[in-house]
Amino acid sequence: MWTIIHKMGSPPWFFRFSGTLVRWLLPITIALLLVGAVWGLLVAPPDFRQGNSYRIIYIHVPAAVVALAGYYVMALAGAVSLIWRIKMADITMRAAAPVGAVLTAIALVTGAIWGKPTWGAWWVWDARITSMLILFFLYLGVVALFEAYENKTAAARACAVLSLVGTVNIPIIYKSVDWWYSLHQPASLKLTGESAIDSSMLYPLLLMILAFYCLFALTVLLNMRAELVWAHRESSWLKQLAGGA
Amino acid sequence: MTLLQASQVGIERGDRQLLIEVSFSVRGGEIWQLVGANGVGKTSLLRALAGLARLGVAGDIQRHASVLYLGHASALKLSLSALDNLRCHPACDVTASQERIASALEKVSLAGYEDRPVGALSAGQQRRVALARLLLSEAPLWLLDEPFTALDAAGCDWLEARIREHVEAGGATVFTSHQPSRFGALQQDLDLTQYVA
Amino acid sequence: MLPDSPLLSLHAAFTRQFVRHMRSLMASPADVANPLLFFFMVVTLFPLGLGPDPDRLATIAPGILWVVALLASLMVSAKLFASDFEDGSLEQLALAPYPLAVLVLAEVAAHWLTTGFLLALVSPLFAIMLGLPEQGLSTLVASLLFGTLCLTLIGAVGSALTVSIRRGGLLLSLLIIPLNVPVLIFGTTAVTEAVIGGNPESWLALLAGLALGSLALTPLAIGAALRVSLDS
Repeated sequence: MWTIIHKMGSPPWFFRFSGTLVRWLLPITIALLLVGAVWGLLVAPPDFRQGNSYRIIYIHVPAAVVALAGYYVMALAGAVSLIWRIKMADITMRAAAPVGAVLTAIALVTGAIWGKPTWGAWWVWDARITSMLILFFLYLGVVALFEAYENKTAAARACAVLSLVGTVNIPIIYKSVDWWYSLHQPASLKLTGESAIDSSMLYPLLLMILAFYCLFALTVLLNMRAELVWAHRESSWLKQLAGGA
Repeated sequence: MTLLQASQVGIERGDRQLLIEVSFSVRGGEIWQLVGANGVGKTSLLRALAGLARLGVAGDIQRHASVLYLGHASALKLSLSALDNLRCHPACDVTASQERIASALEKVSLAGYEDRPVGALSAGQQRRVALARLLLSEAPLWLLDEPFTALDAAGCDWLEARIREHVEAGGATVFTSHQPSRFGALQQDLDLTQYVA
Repeated sequence: MLPDSPLLSLHAAFTRQFVRHMRSLMASPADVANPLLFFFMVVTLFPLGLGPDPDRLATIAPGILWVVALLASLMVSAKLFASDFEDGSLEQLALAPYPLAVLVLAEVAAHWLTTGFLLALVSPLFAIMLGLPEQGLSTLVASLLFGTLCLTLIGAVGSALTVSIRRGGLLLSLLIIPLNVPVLIFGTTAVTEAVIGGNPESWLALLAGLALGSLALTPLAIGAALRVSLDS
């Protein structure tokens, strides 16, 4: 176990390992996305109440789920970086933050688009949308803090502290927003209440969630590789690799 | 007795490597002056030795004694009096009595200024208040960044005498200064130019 | 000459740090009065913006008071460690032979007493101006006492993270506003419940729990963040 962690910390090893991973992950992600999209958008039956407009959940829900998971990935990398001082963990955290922010933004925009036909308004202060908005702010905070520090090692350390504080807070935020919403909930908005989803709609959704996880992993890996190339632009192992290719 | 041991220390600031493979050890009774041009990394090294800088510091630094660090900033609250400043100073001995603090201020020629707000004192006098800490700390290892700046000749002589006294009692001092060596044979120079990356 | 028990000397160091911060805050009473004045001014803006209808103001008074308290706390958080960072006190704190988290807690305590605590005490005055029904007043004070403690501790984390950054003020708001959401929700709900004769105790208990949790966890984060700031 320890040797694996140690190996992961070595940039040349990680660069080669992630290269192999990306070669596999890229076709898998594309295939999953294609199958999931076709299944969800064309094959799955229309909702008896919302018609075809519900199909946006095949983007909205996976983006929201993975965005939240992404924050935990980022915070975990931050904890590893704080405790073991592994530089690769810094890079993971830094690579995950903007991807997570974009996913949250996608979830927000698709949520608004979904809201228009469903509630008749682009923006409704629904519990899940509001939590997503706060998650978006949390991500922006990490990205902005990283950019504000000139010393990037210090920036990574600071972001690790911030994302850990955020991680402790996220369950409290989600819970409090839930309570807040249920206290103020007008009867007409109960539409989003958890209703049993038919399996013909559920399977493509699960597939799309899996596809988004792969997409997240792929983007973060590519981001990390770009970061590594920049950080080690003068190193011999990279020049060797570039010369050999 | 070794108070400070630095082995193979490298200092990196931002993206730039300043110093590489600095190794030296400081024993009780020694005075070390860090020498080198502006920007060579004297302050960075001193902060690393104190333990304030960790990021971008390679190699191994071991401190075997508690440290008194005097930086560019004097750590004084301008609105508080000299007496209150020292009484509440985080780097002073918690148990220092009122009399001991007053006598420390007297020794740095600030008798009569104890109750004035530090902000009303001149730059040189403020520096003296900061230096009065050297009389109120039990730390054997002193790390002083440019301690002689902003002091008049008498102040410099007092500081020099205080440092001599400290090392005679078994302490050690590492300091940076642009002035020529003051301690003659007693001091050792660490020329950082030879460690520039 | 050190006290025999390390715990006793830690206690002495905590007290000393508390006194030091308290004194330097008290030396400039204007800084202590500013957040209260800010609170007063912004509360005045709401009737001007929304119209003087007493019923409407009374309904939204809990929300107004809490949002303004949050903004006031945000405003003062930016200054929490600024002077200590500039004058080198933080370096000395970090090198002191005591846990930085404990010393920092002393500063935060002094800071809270001169901001959030005072704000909670004077809040009934502004609540009456907004027509908040009387049965909500005691809950308002209690919720602000617990709530501003949370806000101050979370604000201290943000302040510690941004103290070395020039123009970190706006960044600070971005960092801590999302973290303050639960405090705002619990606080306003407690006051609203008290006004409508509901059950404010459970919400106050949540706030108290949040305050205790913050008290236990944030000093570590503040200490770690300050070390990063000193090292950047």
